Amino acid sequence: MAETTLTHSSPMARPDGWRGIATDWASDQRAFKNVSWGKAMMWIFLLSDTFIFGCFLLSYMTARMSTRVPWPNPSEVFALRIGGSEIPLILIAIMTFVLISSSGTMAMAVNFGYRRDRRKTAILMLLTAALGATFVGMQAFEWTKLITEGVRPWGNPWGAAQFGSCFFMITGFHGTHVTIGVIFLIIVARKVWRGDFDTGRPGFFTSRRGRYENVEIMGLYWHFVDLVWVFIFAFFYLW
Amino acid sequence: MAEATANGLGQHALDAAHAPGAAAVAEAHQEHPIKLYLVVWAWLFILSTCSYLVDYFGIHGYLRWSLILIFMMLKAGLIVAVFMHMAWERLAMMYAIILPPILVLVFVTMMVLEADYTLLTRIAFFGPGP
Repeated sequence: MAETTLTHSSPMARPDGWRGIATDWASDQRAFKNVSWGKAMMWIFLLSDTFIFGCFLLSYMTARMSTRVPWPNPSEVFALRIGGSEIPLILIAIMTFVLISSSGTMAMAVNFGYRRDRRKTAILMLLTAALGATFVGMQAFEWTKLITEGVRPWGNPWGAAQFGSCFFMITGFHGTHVTIGVIFLIIVARKVWRGDFDTGRPGFFTSRRGRYENVEIMGLYWHFVDLVWVFIFAFFYLW
Repeated sequence: MAEATANGLGQHALDAAHAPGAAAVAEAHQEHPIKLYLVVWAWLFILSTCSYLVDYFGIHGYLRWSLILIFMMLKAGLIVAVFMHMAWERLAMMYAIILPPILVLVFVTMMVLEADYTLLTRIAFFGPGP
């Protein structure tokens, strides 16, 4: 893979703008000139994942638009009673802030990774994983609350029956993504901590040497999880 | 953002030892000042708070939907552009990744028409909602 020819001209000679797109794609070589394979493949995976979540949100839209029965009001369904008063959507808001914070710490981890600050990178990645686990924990709490209130994939006490199936499908799939992210964050953090990317130790699965770029690729996935939540928050909880 | 360096030449000498080959030579990595990430982080907090307040104050109608969409797009844009470093990639990469999801809007249009038709037939056969 590494032998792929990039271009005949020097990197400085590459044009920008539309001409740049044409020359990059028409060069009969790699289209993504200054992006490594690992990063390009993660982006393409994320693109396919975008379509999966896009289809979920689309089916939710179709179900909600085509039902005669009123849709349950998410503002009331997800309200929490704190100190005697109902606060609308408060748990979801806290979950949003937790996930955004985890994205922030991840961005910092990528930054320190390229500065080869092993300690700070690993700590920030573990902090990201902890925030991600907190998010999943709060989601589990939310699911428990809704299930005890009688929400099922085939019905609920407040309105359109499709509410439950959309809710469990969309948030469940997103929660799975967060969980997988937490597991991989811990794996990559361990590698950073041990100095695998400095010593060139082969990976246990691929037997290939990792680079600090792996932290950035991990970061791409994690930011994507946050990105999906932005859309779920807007379309499912706020709409 | 102009002060950000998108290409660490110093790293290449080190990387070349790990991954020899022509491809490794021209690959850029992203290094930006920490302040940039903190500013974006703060903005994401502000925008999330704003979209939460839309619900808290019970704004309804077109104002609600447009506010939700604006805050959503701003947040998504900040995450993709800065946190995922898309702003510093070449256009060939940006278009390859960002254009296809936008085309989903065609699918959205089809499903909106389909859902309207389904609702129409349901009302025609079962009467208006309970």
